[in-house]
Amino acid sequence: MSDDRTFVIIGASQAGGWVANTLRNEGFEGKVILLGEEPYLPYERPPLSKAALLGEVTVDSTYFWQQEALDEANIEVRLNTKATAIDREAKEVVIEGDDRIAYDKLAITTGARVRELPIDGAQLPGVFYLRTMEDTLAIREAVKEGSTAMIVGGGWIGLECAATLTKLGCKSVVVEALDRLCARAITPEISDWLLQFHLGNGVDIRLNTGVEKFEGDGKLERAVLAGGENIDCSIAVVGIGVIPNAEIAAEAGLDTDDGIVVDDHARTSDPDIFAAGDVANHPNDLLGRRLRLESYENAQNQGITAGKAMLDKAESYAEIPWFWSDQFDVNLQMIGVPENWDETATRGDPAKNEFVTFYLKNGVIDGAISINNPRDLRFGKRLMQANKTVSVADLSNPDIKMQALLKG
Amino acid sequence: MSEIEYHAVAKTDDIPEEDVIAVFVGEEEIAIYNVEGEFFATHGICTHEDVGLADGFVEGDLIECPLHSACFEIKTGKAVNPPAEVDLKTYPVKVEGDTIYVGVEK
Repeated sequence: MSDDRTFVIIGASQAGGWVANTLRNEGFEGKVILLGEEPYLPYERPPLSKAALLGEVTVDSTYFWQQEALDEANIEVRLNTKATAIDREAKEVVIEGDDRIAYDKLAITTGARVRELPIDGAQLPGVFYLRTMEDTLAIREAVKEGSTAMIVGGGWIGLECAATLTKLGCKSVVVEALDRLCARAITPEISDWLLQFHLGNGVDIRLNTGVEKFEGDGKLERAVLAGGENIDCSIAVVGIGVIPNAEIAAEAGLDTDDGIVVDDHARTSDPDIFAAGDVANHPNDLLGRRLRLESYENAQNQGITAGKAMLDKAESYAEIPWFWSDQFDVNLQMIGVPENWDETATRGDPAKNEFVTFYLKNGVIDGAISINNPRDLRFGKRLMQANKTVSVADLSNPDIKMQALLKG
Repeated sequence: MSEIEYHAVAKTDDIPEEDVIAVFVGEEEIAIYNVEGEFFATHGICTHEDVGLADGFVEGDLIECPLHSACFEIKTGKAVNPPAEVDLKTYPVKVEGDTIYVGVEK
């Protein structure tokens, strides 16, 4: 039996690619069209601030699926194609230039875009953001060994970028408006550990301050900090957060609220339209609230959920959030969103850059952050999923194996 | 079919139950697993990205990659969890006394 339906996906991203591939993996035989604004196939973003910025990997190697694999799966990818509107009455996606593509079901995986720095001089050549492959290639082109790189924002992108630019021979200076690093994501003691770690690797970090303006004659030459200090720099990278690309949904009348509002099956307020990834504001029963996640795991697994939901194969999506970051020789991983904990347990030695800190609420792990210790973190995730009561003494004792706690 | 050559790579008590270690045969990194007292071997590097599975997490008869959480069946090498979509190569294992041997094509 042939299937004459057409499923369209707006956004050739990690989430979009997983929607498309899931449709095929689940046996959908109709037409699958994946629309991408960029000239690239869905690519991995983690390398953008690391291996790709270092120039250690090619663009092709960051693709989740090579063109041949997409061809084989009969997924029609249209690159350099910007969707400008969704006509829900006609069930058509409007493309820039006024082409229209009819859909039976539609997925929106448009991700997020960078928040721009609203200061004088932010338009000067030499001031960059880091979100897309294009951004990474442009920064790489502009990096000058031995010069100063100004990083605006002491979050994940800023810190990864500071580490990579240091490796490339730059002097990295990070300015952060708040009083600690990654303040929205991690706990104060891990912020402090990260600060010492970066300082120890030669990164200059200024907290409680910001760049007031960038100056230069036709290109970036210096940053003027709040307070008046001038720092000469040849490039600046701004990483101050992202904004979900939800406008196309809002203009089509779909419910939006910090992203596109979806249910636990990635369904929007229109039964034929789905959304997943950074753009989707979804409920998480494990956390007891709605949230938007900007993570690798969420883009993948919510994309898979959306693909299944488009085929009416309902599968609830709610996972313990999991995140990682690589900076210098450190792999940091985090599970959960630790908040309101009443006890902490640290396993390993922070001074040796290898440990995990568990955050407990009522004797149960509520979240954890590991430095160079992903294994114990994974056991922690299992303990968390099992809702198991554990003691600080046992978790902190390296002679008690994590497996034993899981079985005990 | 090329011939298989067995190499002594570890002692049985080098690998606790539900655990994994990395060994090398020549240049080839191989992960050796202990699943309920039985030993298995797969290629040591995740098929998704260049990372050693011996740093991963053994649960039952699955190995989970420490980096992106891809899962493989230890006994068959089958990729069961994304992002990995390519199966892992497996190797025959023999145990004689307390020595573990892994068979690698010559």
